[in-house]
Amino acid sequence: MATTDIHIHSDVHHHDDHDHEHEHHEGNFWTNYVFSQDHKVIAKQFLITGIFWALLGGTLSVIFRLQLGFPDMNLDWLKPVLGEWITPEGKLDPEFYLALVTMHGTIMVFFVLTAGLSGTFANFLIPLQIGARDMASGFLNMLSYWFFFLSSVIMFTSLFLSTGPASGGWTIYPPLSALPQAIKGSGLGMTLWLVAMALFIVSSLLGGINYITTIINLRTKGMSFTKMPLTIWALFFTAIIGVLSFPVLFAAALLLIFDRSFGTSFYLSDIYIGGEALAHDGGSPILFQHLFWFLGHPEVYIVLLPALGLSSEIIATNSRKPIFGYKAMIGSMLFIAILSFIVWAHHMFVTGMNPFLGSIFMLLTLIIAVPSAVKIFNYVTTLWKGNIRFTSGMLFSIGMVSFFLTGGITGIFLGNSAIDIQLHDTYFVVAHFHLVMGSASFFGMLAGIYHWFPKMFGRMMNETLGSIHFWLTFVGVYMVFFPMHYIGIAGFPRRYYSWTNFDTFSGFTDLNMLVSTAAILTLAAQFIFLFNFFYSMFRGRLAPANPWQSNTLEWTTPRNPGHGNWVGEIPSVYRWPYDYSKPGSKEDYIPQHIPFSETPESNLPSENDLIKLETSNGEGKIIVEGGKH
Amino acid sequence: MASSSSVASDKSVWDGGASPMGASYGKLMMWFFLLSDAFTFSALLITYGLVRSSHEGYTGPIEDFVFSQNYWPVPERVFEAVPFLHGVELPLVFVGIMTFILIMSSVTMVLAVEAGHRMDRKAVEKWMLWTILGGIAFLSCQAWEWAHFIHGAETGKAVAEGTTFFGANLVHNQYGPPDFAAFFFFITGFHGFHVFSGVCLNFLIYYNTVTGVYQRRGHYEMVEKVGLYWHFVDLVWVFVFTFFYLV
Repeated sequence: MATTDIHIHSDVHHHDDHDHEHEHHEGNFWTNYVFSQDHKVIAKQFLITGIFWALLGGTLSVIFRLQLGFPDMNLDWLKPVLGEWITPEGKLDPEFYLALVTMHGTIMVFFVLTAGLSGTFANFLIPLQIGARDMASGFLNMLSYWFFFLSSVIMFTSLFLSTGPASGGWTIYPPLSALPQAIKGSGLGMTLWLVAMALFIVSSLLGGINYITTIINLRTKGMSFTKMPLTIWALFFTAIIGVLSFPVLFAAALLLIFDRSFGTSFYLSDIYIGGEALAHDGGSPILFQHLFWFLGHPEVYIVLLPALGLSSEIIATNSRKPIFGYKAMIGSMLFIAILSFIVWAHHMFVTGMNPFLGSIFMLLTLIIAVPSAVKIFNYVTTLWKGNIRFTSGMLFSIGMVSFFLTGGITGIFLGNSAIDIQLHDTYFVVAHFHLVMGSASFFGMLAGIYHWFPKMFGRMMNETLGSIHFWLTFVGVYMVFFPMHYIGIAGFPRRYYSWTNFDTFSGFTDLNMLVSTAAILTLAAQFIFLFNFFYSMFRGRLAPANPWQSNTLEWTTPRNPGHGNWVGEIPSVYRWPYDYSKPGSKEDYIPQHIPFSETPESNLPSENDLIKLETSNGEGKIIVEGGKH
Repeated sequence: MASSSSVASDKSVWDGGASPMGASYGKLMMWFFLLSDAFTFSALLITYGLVRSSHEGYTGPIEDFVFSQNYWPVPERVFEAVPFLHGVELPLVFVGIMTFILIMSSVTMVLAVEAGHRMDRKAVEKWMLWTILGGIAFLSCQAWEWAHFIHGAETGKAVAEGTTFFGANLVHNQYGPPDFAAFFFFITGFHGFHVFSGVCLNFLIYYNTVTGVYQRRGHYEMVEKVGLYWHFVDLVWVFVFTFFYLV
């Protein structure tokens, strides 16, 4: 069935020469590596672009941390790179500081943790783990990457404008972002930001509908939804959230473009500049915040869910135990996905909304703690008494759980509409979301790279370097973000260029120095990873077929799978993906494609009954359910 | 599976190796795209609703209504012109005709899809052509309505001392607050762009039908997929029509 579908597609898009049935190594450099329709190549393109952006985003943060930690430092040595953005006194230009903060946020949230994480692993793992030759539409999948690429080019270009890139914060609230008079970055930089984001949304939509459709239609024989690895469940929910929330940002961005360029007043009203009233009348800037956060909050879970899914798989594999509470994991992800759409106004408690409405959003927000806690308990109970193998991927997964917990707890403070009045827009918020969403997702992504590197490039990454990378980054991240909680409770507002004018804050200079130093060290530690990544790609130890003794289908492909993934028939699936350390079994893992008839020694009584089904696994046995859907 | 007594002996279409919803991936993708697009339009219409509700409404009797910057206009007094009937007040008649044309084009689209199921190439061609004509007619009507809206009515609004502004653009609006015109242009424009894309897609399908692409392929599923889009665009118009002209 799966292959039949792909044939229909090739007709539709007039790519008749594109035969997915067989591996094919013909084609030139351009069709194999650049305009490839192979989901694995597209995944690697997303990954490399994501790594580039992560490095850039990290560097930007270190530059503004220099200003925050060492406000008296002479930054003349950055002149060769930043040019005019370093003032004659050797200081960072205050407006450029705002641009740095804005671009750091934009890059990390969208370009690294959305496209880099979801784009890489949804593309790479969905077809491999559900047993499909490729995505439903390889062509749209390729377009998805190239829209992202175009968006990246435009966003990157905006960094080099003489007026600087967008500087109104990654949330681009109007009127700051709508009026070019407000700040230099609200000129051409903001326009390019909006254009880049519009293209980004198109890319994410093309990717999203492809992921959902592929999971629904192209699962191999036997791969029912309840036999899917949790990675696929997580990516499935992520794609659905993206398809439903990004279009709202699209609408918001279009309206903002009209306000900026065509004189409309959707978000603007009663604004005076230099005593002169602007012509804009009747709009509401709060409206933009509602529209933005209707995307913005689900976006948090677009970023986080893939990390949770990847970690579920890695933790189960390396604990050599079935994942604890498989269905509870799915249920909690579903619950989180639903809740993510009805909590957005907790970002806006201090916009003057009705306190009663605030308390409703508070209640809904705090309920998210329940599924989140279910997930954390499930991770911990999976680890409990497991034969844990501390691979690099495993270390990063455990680190992810740690950040998810630490950052999640502060979310309960911030979700409280009364406490939020004190904490809103302080470094407490910065600490919270950098741990729970930023670092947790980033660790999930790194875990995924370490774990699936052997499948991506056919070679192993160096485990020692991986461990060093983990410990430096793990300690570094806590050293950066833990002190920020104190700074935030003390009342430091985020996005401020300098606090040295305020006596209240002068006692915290040492803490800020610590944070900045830790940030520099953490960024430096990433170069260990970069070396490991690129060195191992070419010189790493050759990977065995199934290096982690894992159960999922991707490890049944050849070491370097070609386009089409499996030589010959796609394996059928008979069991769930978490048969680790099953009592009675010879090995401590039984891959999904091993039928129960081959494992009589470890079968449960109910599984013995399933053997009958396996033998009659021919065509025509599928009975369509009547009347149920 | 609840109906079955021995669970182990049955298999579900959801067990993999099949398209569980009985739909090809292309149709599913179209459905998810439409779902996504529905959220875009919802966002725009909710935005419209919020901005409108933050403006004063007109409270007096409808006969005494005059255009004013102080309250949101009554739509049936704004849209009451019909081509060739200058000076005659026909509230919402023209937009009613537009709506009828668009809905009829949905009907002809259904007939095209049905003809596709019968593999009746001639009928598909005929009904696709009617659908395209309906789309073009709708767009032409919209162009006339926009033009009339832009050029304005007999009385203008005072923009500065001694000058009067007629009609509406994205900044000024004689009919009421500027946001009224801005939303009108933005939302009907965004919808019109969807109709325009739909006409282009319909033409592509028509062209492929005429050249026999689908006949050779053995099925007219592309007609169905584009049909889904076309019905969606019509459905959205029903909401736009409701919110802009009726409420």
